[in-house]
Amino acid sequence: MNPPPGVDARVINTPEGALQSILSGAPMRKGRVRLELPPIAENGHSVGMTVKVDSPMSEADHVRRIELIADKNPVPRVATFLLGPHNGRAEVESRLRLNGTQRVTAIAQLSDGSFWFDAVDVTVNELACLDGG
Amino acid sequence: MTARIQVPPKARRGEAVEVRIVIQHPMETGFRYDAMGGRTPRNVIHTLVCRYGGAEVFRADMGAGIAANPFLRFFVRASEPGDIECSWVDSENASGTVSARLTVAV
Repeated sequence: MNPPPGVDARVINTPEGALQSILSGAPMRKGRVRLELPPIAENGHSVGMTVKVDSPMSEADHVRRIELIADKNPVPRVATFLLGPHNGRAEVESRLRLNGTQRVTAIAQLSDGSFWFDAVDVTVNELACLDGG
Repeated sequence: MTARIQVPPKARRGEAVEVRIVIQHPMETGFRYDAMGGRTPRNVIHTLVCRYGGAEVFRADMGAGIAANPFLRFFVRASEPGDIECSWVDSENASGTVSARLTVAV
């Protein structure tokens, strides 16, 4: 994603900057989120990804958003999914482009504001961002 | 842009139904060069919004980290019979919409 106005692209496009732009200093805990990615991907052009969050998805307790960070992508903030109680189940599947072997992190923000995460290391045999791809 | 949306043919009220959508789009990273050495400009679907019966139920902000021909699968809790309508817009301001009717047994 392009950074919002006033945000330095050189900062947000590091894994730490991406994380900071999501958490703004708030802590995140491991758990409740399950990120499913293959441990080895033949190439990085299209890697299947599923995020599941353990949540009743009720008015009182639901997932507000899910963020994805790919550490070694030129733009680490890959996607933001906005959810709510009307989804019934906190599960999103998509396909990622991965620029090489790296760690992918999924962060879920719940309705109480807390952050939970899961991370997966993916070995990519052929990069996605090289020319001719 | 061609796109396809899939929802189950029938749903019960309260059930979380699976919505699948795929859009034909290159999701150009802006890092590729053509044979003449010219850079292919970045062009991605950056926003996708899905509405059910007119109310927003899902939104995705995406970048070039989403693979070409973006595919998304998510859930929506069935309430009233209505249309699930997804619209998107890319970096060149090209937009599209695709919708599917959700039949809900009361």
